Amino acid sequence: MKIFGIFIRKEFWHIFRDKRTLLILFGMPVVQVILFGFAITNEIKEAKIAILDKSHDHLTRQISNKLLSSGYFILYSQPESDNQLEKAFQEGKTKLAVVFEPEFAQRLNKDRHAGIQLIADATDPNTANMLIGYASAIIRNWQMDFLGNPKLPYTITPEVKMVYNPEMKSVFMFVPGVITIILMLVSAMMTSIAVTREKELGTMEVLLASPIKPFFIIVGKVIPYLVLSLFNASVILMLGTFLFGMPIEGNLLLLMAEVTLFIITSLALGIFISTRTSSQQTAMMISLMALMLPTIILSGFIFPVENMPLPLQVISNIIPAKWFIIIVKSIMLKGVGLGEILKETLILTGMAAFFIALSVKNFKIRLE
Amino acid sequence: MPDPQIAIKTDGLTKEFGSFTAVNAITFEVHRGEIFGFLGANGAGKTTAMKMLNGLLKPTRGRATVAGFDVYRESEQIKKRIGYMSQKFSLYEDLTVRENIRFYGGIYGLSRKAIREKTAALVERLHMEEVKDTLVKSLPLGWKQKLSFSIALLHDPAIVFLDEPTGGVDPVTRRQFWNLIYDAAERGVTVFVTTHYMDEAEYCGRISIMVDGRIEALGTPGELKARFGAANMDEVFLKLARNK
Amino acid sequence: MIQVQDIRKAYNKVQALDGISFEVGKGELFGIIGPDGAGKSTLFRILTTLLLPDSGTALVDGLDVVKDYKKIRNRIGYMPGRFSLYQDLTVEENLNFFASLFGTTVEANYDLIKDIFIMLEPFRKRRAGALSGGMKQKLALSCALIHAPKVLFLDEPTTGVDPVSRKEFWEMLAKLKEKGITILVSTPYMDEASLCDRVGLMQDGRIFTIDTPQAITRSFPKDLWEISGEHVYKLLKVLEKFSFTHAVHAFGEVVHLSLPKGGAGSLEIMEYLLENGCGQAEIKRIDAGIEDCFMEYMNEYA
Repeated sequence: MKIFGIFIRKEFWHIFRDKRTLLILFGMPVVQVILFGFAITNEIKEAKIAILDKSHDHLTRQISNKLLSSGYFILYSQPESDNQLEKAFQEGKTKLAVVFEPEFAQRLNKDRHAGIQLIADATDPNTANMLIGYASAIIRNWQMDFLGNPKLPYTITPEVKMVYNPEMKSVFMFVPGVITIILMLVSAMMTSIAVTREKELGTMEVLLASPIKPFFIIVGKVIPYLVLSLFNASVILMLGTFLFGMPIEGNLLLLMAEVTLFIITSLALGIFISTRTSSQQTAMMISLMALMLPTIILSGFIFPVENMPLPLQVISNIIPAKWFIIIVKSIMLKGVGLGEILKETLILTGMAAFFIALSVKNFKIRLE
Repeated sequence: MPDPQIAIKTDGLTKEFGSFTAVNAITFEVHRGEIFGFLGANGAGKTTAMKMLNGLLKPTRGRATVAGFDVYRESEQIKKRIGYMSQKFSLYEDLTVRENIRFYGGIYGLSRKAIREKTAALVERLHMEEVKDTLVKSLPLGWKQKLSFSIALLHDPAIVFLDEPTGGVDPVTRRQFWNLIYDAAERGVTVFVTTHYMDEAEYCGRISIMVDGRIEALGTPGELKARFGAANMDEVFLKLARNK
Repeated sequence: MIQVQDIRKAYNKVQALDGISFEVGKGELFGIIGPDGAGKSTLFRILTTLLLPDSGTALVDGLDVVKDYKKIRNRIGYMPGRFSLYQDLTVEENLNFFASLFGTTVEANYDLIKDIFIMLEPFRKRRAGALSGGMKQKLALSCALIHAPKVLFLDEPTTGVDPVSRKEFWEMLAKLKEKGITILVSTPYMDEASLCDRVGLMQDGRIFTIDTPQAITRSFPKDLWEISGEHVYKLLKVLEKFSFTHAVHAFGEVVHLSLPKGGAGSLEIMEYLLENGCGQAEIKRIDAGIEDCFMEYMNEYA
């Protein structure tokens, strides 16, 4: 047991004496969170809009007020005609225009139907979509209040994200994603590099020629990174909750247990990579190409899995990150218990067991 | 007017990195067609000194000319007139013998015709006809070194710098390699060899031994052995280190 | 202590070891002398249980390197080709780590490494990466010794190290030998052969011969002459064409000429040199060195 402690201490020495490793370990999570939180945010705040009100009645004013008091939009201009509206768009500052048709209130009262046109500047399609979504939601809300009659033909988009993230706050999307990426990076990439570094240095040769069991070598490598990964996950969660107001609806212990499960899966993957490669460079390339890219692209972090072509949807099933993201979102946003995410948890457990078995089988007692 | 018989001349050449003096006022001359051994332990300053002569590093102070050109102002001229070979890197392992020759010929701006002729001559001289289209990585170490040396001479440089050229090679291949070096020197090429293998030193016409950035001894192997009362260069080095 | 019987090992198509057999007795300092690519490291890795031979058997301290690898790992010390140290750990940390790897402490076996460690003492707190080549070499040796192994495997411990450190290193090995440790050491430096009890000359996966360095040089099958003149290269060229010449090699400032036994005397040689414009040359009969022998064997096997 003592040898265990010695291995772990040595591994921590390596980590704390290498500035690059330290930077990746501790700088990365913070930078990623800040980056996603502020810079790449697809959240809308105070977008400049134009309102072309051809009706000027009490209802159009009500709706306009509702839109402008939401905090998402500020009134930038009030064009008088379609021509002026077009000019407003060409100028480039206006991102969205709301056009009320003439005699809006009258029509709504008489025909139970009136038109509002939403025009968005689609040079940035993401923002445009988002703005349209926000505006539509606000108008629908108003409609519900005003009419108070659920029989009327309107629909609520059944999208889960909308329901549990009604304001479509993107911070809720990226916190689980960033946790996933960071854990993958730290656990899989850093361990595979740490093992291959010893191969390059030749110290692995000395370790193998000593009576110490390979199992200890692996576990000695893995535990420090498990600890650091847990630390990292906590940092990201704290940043998410305190800085961006992300809720943790579910059980924190359950969440951390699932995080640990995912870390173990990633560590096993990292060890597996290191058993197959002999240089740090290859280990890094493989970790990046074979782990990071699919994790970012196929896990549903950036692109929703449901929108992918079928083959990619099938492939996404073998990506541990996909299941982990579902789990994290469910716990944090929906507050579900283990029962609801049992399937995902079991899949992840299976993957962890598989990769551990694979890397133990592949870790050799000799050099070849 | 520089003396055409002097290939390299340094006077108080010094290089400092911050407060650390890597090369401390070295002064020596290398004659045309001479095989000059530049010896010293790892970290004695050999590489830094050589980089200054190659035009890769600017000296802190002192004077030096290589092939008659000033190392401060005319490093481009120098680069055209020198060849360089190191044990670690010189050839592309994933290119064939011929591709390597063509590549290096191209770097030094040889015409296509010249490259073709030189390739044929070189392959013949090294008896590499059968392997000219094999990848360099599958050649034995000794062959690689001979090829690498010949390629360093491809553009007929006035001076060739060899950085630890024959470490770990078998004694026969080593002698074949040195025969190539003698051959080149016969043709008037100046050969500047750095090494920390003392046995390699005995093949040089004159040697300088560098310790902690200074040249502590300079002369023919025979002179040095006589001066230190030593049987071989290893002993010369040992006595030099002990006197410190 | 070490018994190797017809070991073979191939990587892809390259035959790295082609039927190696030798024995090393208890407390012996045995040298494997050969250039890069001779197969020395492969041999060492098989003996330290890191590689499996394709065929043949090898015993270390009576234990089979394949079956009893776990037991062997307890009894050997191994210093691989490059000094395998943790560059980012200090001298002390490296030593402590390797000691605990074998379930022991630096204090427990301090006697064994004392002489070496004294030289490292001033650098105790320095990181291994910042040590000179000679110091790294001493630290690596200490790390390999720290668990008091019965057999020490040192793969090219003196390569790339300055002559002073090389000399000190061989002096350390002589002291370890006195303490009864069996040492197998490899080196590309021919001149280090004389420092071993017995040596095996190795090239291309084969061992040419095994004997004491004295016996090997004594059995040199030719007459050897040392010829010195002001122009070594010219001497070489001229002597290559001498009708009696078996082989001629440059040895620094002189030339070694080997002739068939009783083939030609000093008179014939002088006469030939005179005829070819090398009248200034001096000649003398000499005993062969290991390098002469090595080249002779290479010639024989080629």
